Amino acid sequence: MKTTEDIFNILKIKFADAVIELKAGVPTEDYILINPFELDKVCTFLKNSDDYKFDNMMNLSGVDNANGKKTTSEDGTHKTEGGTLSVFYHLESISLKHKITLAVTVSIEKPEVTSVSEVWRSADWHEREAFDMFGIIFLNHPDLRRILMPYDWEAGYPLRKDYESPEFYQGMKVPY
Amino acid sequence: MPLKTEEMVLNMGPQHPSTHGVLRLELQLEGEIIKAVKPHIGYLHRCFEKHTEVMTYPQVIPYVDRMDYLASMYNEFGYAIAVEKLLGIEVPERVDFIRVIMGELQRIASHLVAIGTYGADLGAFTPFLFAFRDREKILSLFEMTCGGRLLYNYIWVGGVSHDLHPDFVRLTREFISYFRPNIKEMNELLSFNKIFVERTANVGILPLDTAINFGISGPNLRASGIKWDLRRDDPYSVYNRFDFEIPIGDGRMGTVGDCWDRYFIRILEMEESLKIIEQALDQLPEGDVTSAIPKRIKPPVGQVYTRVENPRGELGYFIISNGSLNPFRVKVRAPSFVNLGIMDELCRGHMIADVIAILGSIDIVLGEIDR
Amino acid sequence: MIYDFLLKLTGSEIAAGFIQSLLPLFVFILPFALFAVLLERKVSAHMQDRLGPMRTGYHGILQTVADIIKLVQKEDIVPTNSDKPLFNIAPVLVFTGSYAAFAAIPFSSAFIGSNIDLGLFFIVAVSGLVVAGILMAGWASNNKYTLLGAMRSAAQVISYEIPTMLVILTIVMMTGTLNLTTLSELQTGYFWNWMILGGPVAGLVKLAFIPSMFIGFVIIYISTLAEVNRTPFDIPEAESELVSGYHTEYSGMKFAMFFLAEYANMFAVSAIVAAVFFGGYQSPIGYLGNTLDILWLIPIEQFFWFTFKGVFFVFVQMWLRWTLPRLRVDQLMALCWKYLIPIAFVNLLIVGLITVL
Repeated sequence: MKTTEDIFNILKIKFADAVIELKAGVPTEDYILINPFELDKVCTFLKNSDDYKFDNMMNLSGVDNANGKKTTSEDGTHKTEGGTLSVFYHLESISLKHKITLAVTVSIEKPEVTSVSEVWRSADWHEREAFDMFGIIFLNHPDLRRILMPYDWEAGYPLRKDYESPEFYQGMKVPY
Repeated sequence: MPLKTEEMVLNMGPQHPSTHGVLRLELQLEGEIIKAVKPHIGYLHRCFEKHTEVMTYPQVIPYVDRMDYLASMYNEFGYAIAVEKLLGIEVPERVDFIRVIMGELQRIASHLVAIGTYGADLGAFTPFLFAFRDREKILSLFEMTCGGRLLYNYIWVGGVSHDLHPDFVRLTREFISYFRPNIKEMNELLSFNKIFVERTANVGILPLDTAINFGISGPNLRASGIKWDLRRDDPYSVYNRFDFEIPIGDGRMGTVGDCWDRYFIRILEMEESLKIIEQALDQLPEGDVTSAIPKRIKPPVGQVYTRVENPRGELGYFIISNGSLNPFRVKVRAPSFVNLGIMDELCRGHMIADVIAILGSIDIVLGEIDR
Repeated sequence: MIYDFLLKLTGSEIAAGFIQSLLPLFVFILPFALFAVLLERKVSAHMQDRLGPMRTGYHGILQTVADIIKLVQKEDIVPTNSDKPLFNIAPVLVFTGSYAAFAAIPFSSAFIGSNIDLGLFFIVAVSGLVVAGILMAGWASNNKYTLLGAMRSAAQVISYEIPTMLVILTIVMMTGTLNLTTLSELQTGYFWNWMILGGPVAGLVKLAFIPSMFIGFVIIYISTLAEVNRTPFDIPEAESELVSGYHTEYSGMKFAMFFLAEYANMFAVSAIVAAVFFGGYQSPIGYLGNTLDILWLIPIEQFFWFTFKGVFFVFVQMWLRWTLPRLRVDQLMALCWKYLIPIAFVNLLIVGLITVL
């Protein structure tokens, strides 16, 4: 059993530039903020090291932090600029029974994160879902396609807070 | 002119009798041998996660019912626990016991569907109807409690919507004594049937390390031979007060982690669930079930990931609150969604008929995969 | 006898032959199919703790009639990219195959469509026509599922004809005839003269025949079950894998013809088993007509016994269907080539030795 703080301290020594910050004190869950481009190295270490053995990725979720600047133009339409997207990784070790939460934050203009599907195969579909819903691009992902939405959905990424559903899809009216 | 041969692509689904919903499997075949399986999902996508962002916390509960529609009680159970953790409230003991009883009854009902449809997939139609006959009895118990047979809206944040019906305890005990012999009957009819064993043993073998790497959970993981059950290993509610076994796959008919193991785990789990229900009924405390329900649910800023052992595996809720009445983000870690990802790995080199056997043994619910 | 009667009635050989050939269809196959479909539904329902159809008529006895009316009214859908001539011929061919088999089935001593010397051989040969129809249907539908179903079906039916033929050969070796009427007449008297109990021979030889005959019966029953594509061998139309197999694309009356052929076939193979091993139309316990000295009663009694035996074996087929899961293609082939055929061969050898000695 290791707490998030222990793990953070060790990671900070091992991967000085990859590990950014420990977010403690958030109600019910602490998490470690990681550099999106070094994520796979950290994860490989966490999975393979005998002290941690994080062999199971429980969950991966994309989040739109909705912290962009919102401007309303004259005709009443909203436009959001800037802002960040996050990805949360909930890891667990089945043999050692400890858990940890990792997070990465990327800008909405260039949402690129290294894929961890090489580390945990379960990340494959989760990352496709995050791509589908938030447009987060997972670098080195073997098969980054939409998963829940139609493959030819062109109206953007539905779970982003500024998403607006299109009028028509394939000639069918969308708002019913 | 030389003969040209090419691989055949067969679309199994979205309209197919044994894809358990609207799932499309793109099979690459060489003769009847599977070269690759590509699942295409999303035909049942109902924008659950988007909907939650514009609803208050209690309003989400009817929606979680509709994810895994064969285990609605358990979906509510998980959601309620997550929000309670975010709010930091304790529920009365009676509520916890009622939730456990409902959850375990739901587990039996869900496993019955899994077992019955698995039989039907392999051509044995009678077990299917036997299973549904018994499931109806459980649904009647649910109907008596909350009025719904499939979608309940029963387990609320901080409590449950109604107290138990005065006859509930008696009728549940009657059900247990009625149901025990039926498990034996199912074993005689299906589990140890020679043809059934031939069809399922040594088919779709899932080794433990692959299973963990793919994030497989629930009965499918236990069939690969690890005692891993969130009810015991990451206890929630009052599960740590009950005494029950965690059945694991032992490769009795073939290899550890084959389809037969995955099937038989569910039979054994039904017996364990019966045990839990019996103990819970014995210990059921008196009390008020609605006293802890908050008038206004407005959690503080924060985030929470909780998970429960759904009949299909690890059902996780990742909820972020920004301090308003609506959840900022609800992400569901649906067990079937993750479990379905293993299809390609399991099916390669098997025959078309085995795809059905493997898919049935994984026991997916498309409502939960597509959300 | 019926032919003579019809000849006298109409005065024309052609008309008599024509009417006689239609008799099994209208007197037997259609009513039987109606009855068998209802029986199947009722048998399955009661095995599964249900009631089955209850609304149409008393305990649902008119259910199949209602179904037929519905099927007749249905639109006849032909897929756009199908091979239309083949698509249309296939159901007719399948039905013809199973219908033609009835020509040589002796329903009673007075009524057999055509009393040919090669009766058994004819039935086996003509039911091979069904395979051609199934392949045609599978190919012409231009659908991968139907094609897979048809290919499986062809492989299965052809493989399982071998053990069937071997068992029939065993019987032929014992009795020296392929004529079903003669075969039935041989087993006359009481049930201990039936082939399953060693046939009409007496003494120790009879005891020696019994095990071989029993094995032969089991083999022929299993392989005929496979020939008519019933569970546990319903792989060609395995609904959970191949939707409905070769008849996926058919609707309305064409589908009904496949359906009719399936039930007709079920009875045909049961009739073969009954005729070969269970005394054909012979009564197990003597005839009322003989006791009361009313000779015209005997053929009617014989008809009853034959139908009874046939329907009993059809019932067993249903019973198996609603109890057992389905085999896989390779397991099915393994069962045929690794077990049934070698056993049938050895059985043939043993019976041959006994006969020679």
